Order: sequence, then C-alpha cells, then structure tokens
Amino acid sequence: MGDRSTRFLWPILGLPAMVWIALFFLIPLYVVFCVAFGTVDPIFRSPVPIWNPLEWQFTQVEVVWDRLFGPDNFYLPAVLRTLLYVAIAVVACLIIAFPVAYFTARYAGNYRGLVLALLVAPFFISYMMRMLAWINLLQPDGLVNTIITLGGVVPLDINWLSGNPYVVVMGLIYGYVPYMLLPLFAALDRISPSLIEAARDLGASGFDLFRRVILPMSLPGIVAGTLLISLPMMGDYFTSDLLSKSPNTAMIGNLINLSIVAPGQAGQAGTLLILVLLVLLIPMVLYTRSNARAEVRS
Amino acid sequence: MTVSAAPAEAILEESRGRRRRRMRGTSEARAYGLGAITAVYLLWALVPVAITVLFSFNEGRSRSTWQGFSLRWYTWDPTGSVLNDESIRNALSYTVLLAVLATIITVPIGVLFALALDRWRGRLPQGANFLALITFVIPEIALAIGLLFMVTYLATPFGLGTWAQVVGLVTFQLSYPIVICRARLLTIGSHYEEAARDLGASALGAVRRIILPMLFPAILVSAILVFADVLDDFVIVRYLSSDASTETTSMRIYQTARAAPTPALNAMATIILVVSALVIVLGWLAYRRWTRKQGESTDVSSLASTL
Repeated sequence: MGDRSTRFLWPILGLPAMVWIALFFLIPLYVVFCVAFGTVDPIFRSPVPIWNPLEWQFTQVEVVWDRLFGPDNFYLPAVLRTLLYVAIAVVACLIIAFPVAYFTARYAGNYRGLVLALLVAPFFISYMMRMLAWINLLQPDGLVNTIITLGGVVPLDINWLSGNPYVVVMGLIYGYVPYMLLPLFAALDRISPSLIEAARDLGASGFDLFRRVILPMSLPGIVAGTLLISLPMMGDYFTSDLLSKSPNTAMIGNLINLSIVAPGQAGQAGTLLILVLLVLLIPMVLYTRSNARAEVRS
Repeated sequence: MTVSAAPAEAILEESRGRRRRRMRGTSEARAYGLGAITAVYLLWALVPVAITVLFSFNEGRSRSTWQGFSLRWYTWDPTGSVLNDESIRNALSYTVLLAVLATIITVPIGVLFALALDRWRGRLPQGANFLALITFVIPEIALAIGLLFMVTYLATPFGLGTWAQVVGLVTFQLSYPIVICRARLLTIGSHYEEAARDLGASALGAVRRIILPMLFPAILVSAILVFADVLDDFVIVRYLSSDASTETTSMRIYQTARAAPTPALNAMATIILVVSALVIVLGWLAYRRWTRKQGESTDVSSLASTL
C-alpha cells in the first residue's frame, strides 16, 4: 500500500538541499580551481578562468610557489606566522577552556544553568563587536593604557594596536575560546561521577585521576574543539586587520584577502585558497567522520 | 577466618572514610579554585563587551572617557546618532532583513533533507550529507570566494548583492537544521510513524501529523541559531556585497572601528546585540513551553549539547 508513493517521497524531500549544495557549494569550488588554474588577460589584468580541466595552466601556481619557496618568498613568513599563531591560540584556548568546562560540568551545582548561559553568551555576541570592545580598550587613550599609566602619571606611551603580535594572538584566543568550551563541556559532562569515585576508591591521586581517567575520556571533546577553532582561524583575516592592521602580523587569510582586493590577483587568491583547503582537507574529513560516528552511536 | 574478617573490614571502612573526608576537603578546595578560574574567565569574556555597551550611552564623543549618561548616540545627535545617520539605520535594517531571508530559506530545506536522510539510504544522500557537514567546518572565506568567483565569472541569474549574500549564508548555515533535526529524529525513532501507518496514515500524512510536530523544538532551535548566526556574519556578507546599500553592521564595524568612530558605532553594535538576545530569549521561552507541554526534560545543557 502506497509503496510507490513512498519510494519517491524521500528523494523529493531531500532534493532541494542536494540541488542547493551542488549549485552553491560544489560549482563555486570548481570555479575557484578554474580561476586559479586559468590565465590573466594581458591588457585588462582581469582573470580568465579556464573551464576545461584538461587545459588548465599552472602559471598562477608557479607565481605563488615562487613567493612561498622561491628567492623572493614574501608569502612564507605569513604562512609560518599563521601556523605559529594558531598553534599558540589552540593551546591557550585548551588551557583556559579545560578548567572552566570541568567546573561547569562537575562543580557548578545550582549555578550550572547560569554559568552555561554565560558561557554560551559570546556565541551570540557578534565577533566584530567583541573585537570592537578590545579596540576600545586598547586604543592609545583607552582603559588599558589609563590603568597601566595610573591615569597618565607614568609616562608610558604604548600603542597596542599596530603590529603587536601578542595583541593579535590574544584577539584570536578571545574570539575563538567559546567554540572550544562547548565541545569540551559536552565531553566532560558525559563522564559519570561514579567512574571518578571508583578511580578514587582504587587509590588514584588527583593527578592520576586527571591523566588516566578524565583526560582520555575528554579526548573527543579536545579533538573536536581543536578542529572547530583551528579550521576557521586558518582563514581568519579580520582579527589581524582590526587589532593590528600591520603586515608584520599578516596571516594566510590576509594574503588571500589582499589578493582578492588587488586587481589581477584573483588567480593567486584562488591558488592560496586551494593550498589552505588541501592542508585542511584531512582535518575537515576527520571532524566530519567523527561527528557522523558519534551520531550513529547516540 | 570470618571472625577476624569483621574487624579488618571495619578498619578498612574506617580508613576509607578518613580518606573520603580528607578528599572531600581537597575536593572542595579544588571546586573553589576551578570556580575562581571560571569567574575570572567570564569576567574577561564579558566585561569588555559590557564596557562597549556602556560607552554607547556616553554624552561625549569619546569611547574611553566617561562624560555622563545620555541617549545622544541613539537618538538626538543631529548627524551622528543611529536615528539620524541614514547609513547606520540602513545597515541595521539590512542586517535583520538578511537574517530573516536566510532563516526562511535555510530551515525548510535543511529540515526536509534531515527527514529524507533518515529514511533514504544510499550513496547519493550520504554524499550530500557529508558535503553539508563539510560546509560547517570549511573556512568561511572558501565559501565566500567560491561564490564571489562564480557570480563574477559565470552567468548566474543574480549578481553581487542581496541574493548572492543570501545564497552564501544559506549554504553556510544549512548544516545547523540538518544536524540538529537528525539528532532529534534519531531519538524519536520510527515506532510512532509505524503506528500511524498501521492506523492507515499515508507516508506523507505520518510525517506531517506525527513527525513534524515532534520535530518542532529542533526546528525552532535551528531557526534561532541560524538567525543569530547570520546577524553576526561577516566574511560571506562582505565578499558578496555590491555597494553601500548591502552593507551590514558587521561590515560597518570592520570598516570604521579603526577610523576614530563615535559611540554611535557602539550603539549600533548594542542594538544588534539586543535583537540577538531578544530572539534567543523569546525562542527559548517558546522552546520550553512546547517541550513542557510534551512532558520532556528541558535544561540548558540539553540545548548546549545539541550545539
């Protein structure tokens, strides 16, 4: 009864999303390749995409490769800087988020709802507004300088907002730490209190308990949080733009953004983007797979 | 043996109790220590934003020296206030418009796909699901530049501007309703639907009258998340904008934050924050009302874990 109608019902329901993903995700990605492996109009300096993959040319790739590893390698510092900044920010986010998530999961008691609501709050405050908050605090006559100079008594003139790498990394940590907190909290919240009790009864010290029970059991949360913050950071250009505006703190995202804005460099932007995506491909697939597995298990 | 075992057990119990008591002491100290760290973290995370909100009410032009409370930058400044500066007003209403459009399109497409995925096995839907999950973790800049190139170099029925922005936002947000509704469908299971079918409902009828109402909380949560996330979007919206008329509040902050802006910028950011908070609180109340009526457990952590 009705078998014929159901056979087509589910594909029809799924169709809009699949068409959407094909049209507005797969095709745009393909266009990026066509632009990156295309040529540039010699007169108008505008990119000429090559649609047939068999005719793809790699002049843009050579340009980017030279700027990365050739004698004039002015892309390389930004790439290394990005890796360094992201690594520091991820470790710092872990160090900050772990105790906070652990407290919320185990000790918050009656305040659990309130603490969770406050932890989630930054999600819904725009990233730009949170950066604006730090610009306001760190500007030359801002609150931070007022406090450091004791209201202008100490003659110190620190300009935080032009090329200070510590400020940029702090901005990254500030911006992304909420995304580390939630997966960590979810993982820690799943550890049953009786398991911790059992470890205690078997004589585990605080450090043993952390190293041999809590840390292994929170590993999925640590991995998820690390991926969730490091992937978008790899394409971030606005944090550095807003908190520093200096080429001394430029990241890969800034290189891509600048090539997009500059005339005739769209192909280089595309090539850089493809490089980033290639590097991120494995972590992205890992994250998606682990999510799918978690879904099946639950 | 049994005679001597009793005191041994008592001794064991005694020492265990002592250790428990001692541990309770260190455990309490640990709770306070972790609580202090959490409090410091929350202060660091939220006080800068609170200061930004505070200075939107500053009487003078400064965003760092308090000159008295006033609504100047919201209402009465003749040129610079949110009310009188047309570009700020436009940015605000345009941001909300984009969020509404993107939510209206994203949520139905995503919910239908989640329903289909729950029942339609095969490589094609699995592959589509994988791609949808990839859009969730791929750096936003990749989606934005891909669409920018597509609109620029391919003959698309829409150019840069509102529709390009909406298309990009929907693509980026599509994974929210899919993931959230699928998780919910897995907990609902198939027996309700089977019961409805046994009682003579058609496949579509069972989905419409049994599954969709049960799915409603998940649909609501994903709509709230998509709406709030689009309000704050920057990368996609910026690359796909055409001119000043498609400028959002986040773009405005990016462009003017370092160019000596007035507290009107803080006021604009505050208004978006309030809109976001209102939607979340209203949505949360509706979610609680609905799930209470269905007699299900609701707390913040169940919501947080769906994130």
